[in-house]
Amino acid sequence: MSYMLKRTSTLLITFLFIVLLAFFAFRIIPGNPALSILGPEATKAQVAALEKTLGVDRPLGEQFLSWFANLLQFDFGKSLRFGESVLAMIMERLPVTFSLATAAMLITVLVGVPLGVIAARHRGGIADFLISVLSQLGLAIPSFWSGILLILFFGLGLKLFQVSGYVPWSESPFLWMKSLFLPSLAIALPQIAILVRFLRTAIIEQMELDYVRTAHSKGLGERAVMFKHVLKNALIPAITVLGMNYADILAGSIVIEQVFALPGLGRLLINGIATRDYVLVQGMVFLIALVVILVNFLVDVSYRLLNPKIKLK
Amino acid sequence: MYKAKKARRSIWIRTVLFVSLLILFSGCSNEDNSKDSKSKENKDTAKAQSRNIVVAIPQDPDFLDPHLAEAAGTREVLFNVFEGLLKPTETGELANALAEDYKVSDDGLTYTFKLRKNVEFHDGKTFSAKDVQYSYERLAGTKTGKPLSSSFSNVASIEAPDDSTVVIKLKENEAFFPVAVTAPVIPDGYEDSNKKPIGTGPFKFVEYAPNQKLVLEKHDKYYAGLPEVEKVEFRILPDQEAAFLAFQAGEIDIYPRIGTEKQEQLGDGFTSVSSPQNLIQLLALNHDKKPFNDEKVRKALFYAVNTDELIQGVALGKGTKVRSNMSPIMDKFYEKNLEGTYAYDPEKAKKLLAEAGYPDGFKLKITVPSNYQFHVDTAQVIVEQLSQVGVKADIELVEWSVWLEEVYKKRNYETTIIGLDGKLDPYQILDKYLSTADNNFFNYRNPKFDKVLGAARTEKDEAKRVSYIKDAQRILNEDAAAVYIMDPNTNISFKSGLDNYKLYPIYVQDISAITFKK
Repeated sequence: MSYMLKRTSTLLITFLFIVLLAFFAFRIIPGNPALSILGPEATKAQVAALEKTLGVDRPLGEQFLSWFANLLQFDFGKSLRFGESVLAMIMERLPVTFSLATAAMLITVLVGVPLGVIAARHRGGIADFLISVLSQLGLAIPSFWSGILLILFFGLGLKLFQVSGYVPWSESPFLWMKSLFLPSLAIALPQIAILVRFLRTAIIEQMELDYVRTAHSKGLGERAVMFKHVLKNALIPAITVLGMNYADILAGSIVIEQVFALPGLGRLLINGIATRDYVLVQGMVFLIALVVILVNFLVDVSYRLLNPKIKLK
Repeated sequence: MYKAKKARRSIWIRTVLFVSLLILFSGCSNEDNSKDSKSKENKDTAKAQSRNIVVAIPQDPDFLDPHLAEAAGTREVLFNVFEGLLKPTETGELANALAEDYKVSDDGLTYTFKLRKNVEFHDGKTFSAKDVQYSYERLAGTKTGKPLSSSFSNVASIEAPDDSTVVIKLKENEAFFPVAVTAPVIPDGYEDSNKKPIGTGPFKFVEYAPNQKLVLEKHDKYYAGLPEVEKVEFRILPDQEAAFLAFQAGEIDIYPRIGTEKQEQLGDGFTSVSSPQNLIQLLALNHDKKPFNDEKVRKALFYAVNTDELIQGVALGKGTKVRSNMSPIMDKFYEKNLEGTYAYDPEKAKKLLAEAGYPDGFKLKITVPSNYQFHVDTAQVIVEQLSQVGVKADIELVEWSVWLEEVYKKRNYETTIIGLDGKLDPYQILDKYLSTADNNFFNYRNPKFDKVLGAARTEKDEAKRVSYIKDAQRILNEDAAAVYIMDPNTNISFKSGLDNYKLYPIYVQDISAITFKK
């Protein structure tokens, strides 16, 4: 039980640290939410009045304590810029970012696995060479740029996809998929490249192991060996890498949402930062960090439950 | 094998937890969404018909309440929803809107407005003098003690003797007061403007989705001719490249303030217009920082900046040179005689610098808001031009909110490049140079200027007033209060199926004028 105790106390310390960081880090940067809202034509009196309404004229310590006290009751406060509940704003946008990230993940697996297999099977051949060149490119091109290229080609050239905007699932599942396809492809490209390279190496490694020779010698065909035995084993580390990249994919969607004008968490966060919407940014940073910390905590704890030999360093 | 197993277990646990957490979160929001998507459905069925247009705007409105809204980007949208007693025209004059007619007393202190009859608000209520009184008292802060607009600071009383008459009394004579009553009129006692704005304008508010769009719909009971456009969506697209791509793909009908280079990339099927916009781009010098306190240094910089080259190079010729803080578009008030001053002369600049004690030049920093590519480009050319006279300039790019805080509010800068929005009222264009002005971020102080501009404000005789305004421009020019560059054109592109896009000398998108080509 002392393990659980230790782990819980580190969780609480991390949690406290995040709260402090989320609040104070952003306040160090110059900028003023009231001034950002009102713009350059506002008079000093108007700015001062708005600062008072927003509560940003109070001492920093006081602002922090009241924010923290509300946070403990899961009240994230109201956005300075939009006057709406921060939690409601986040919830409204979460489905967009989540479906974008999930679609990107799906594309990565659907495209990456076959390409990886092909590259490994034709190791040294033309297909392998082409795939490795393409994956090199995929890694090198930043997703915001490939996003623009995709828009130019599929949106403007072929006119197959819309260029901006989001259609919710509840309105039309088909249009929903269509509106997400290009942005998720842009996020997926570098991930596909990573998966292909990883899978290729893993398959080649597996092919040289003894069990493959055994499988061959008991008369299994090339295909059966590949798909029944080798791929299964090679996929495990590859998918692990992909899983660890989920955070990357989420971060990628923050950038891509700007390019495709999708109303997701990334747009909200960047907007909040640009307008110095302290309450909104604090709430978002806190919530994102909370999810990551909680997931890690639960994973660690369940490891421990599954395998009591694991010790906390 | 053990390692792989552990990894496999880990990834499964992680995935399951992640997905369940996210499903939990999205589950919470489902209910709110259903309402939203319904309204979206309505919109999309309407979109099948043709009289709907989409206009790209770069940012969210600051307030939907027209009395709180300060940002030019908000006012250009709300212009379609609200009206005042008077309204600006394309030439910058004032025309009757909710007022049918008005009279000014001989002493200039009493304004009597006769109101238009049979005007309806968007919620169906009939417009009357009480609404005007409520709205303008709200702006003046007569009841609350908290004025919302400085334009009404000179108002002594607002009265509504009957349903169709409003009498406004001023504390002192103010020649430009009629500009103040272009301020929006809202229904008497209405406090929910920020959630659901209600006005008398040609369009009524439908919905606002933060970060996404603001939708307006034709006001069927509008008194002055119904607009052809049924519905207009102002789509919020902060990324210029994304907006441009969406425009090219036909998803946007009107793209205001499109960059000159982008405008030239457009192919067939688009119409573009370009005109001066009453905006003064300048290199502001902080008079409280050395060496900019020295008039000779400021003049030297003015001579060292080659404005013609900037207009050609940065604005691709689409800009009008200015030599003081007034655009030629302000026709009547613009001082033409300054046009020949400060012609590009690097030799003279060097001489002036030597006289000021800087024969080898000096270093300076230009702070530029990074979201204005146009100002950034201008800064880069100016750095090159200043190096010709030995002045070594460095560019410091800052975020817009940092610019507002550090440069504009705290005046903590050396020089900066910025565009100053024009107003209909020339006094309001120039008043930021008054010694006591809140927004005098130049730290410019000249009692002579204060006196001349003050006189322009109270002068009853029009010809004299114009000459005071011109004097004020001349003083700014002589003092080299800033290095004035140009009024860059505003460029608007729209689909060729549209017609009658009206250009105003202020920041406005007049959707009611737009027609469809047959």
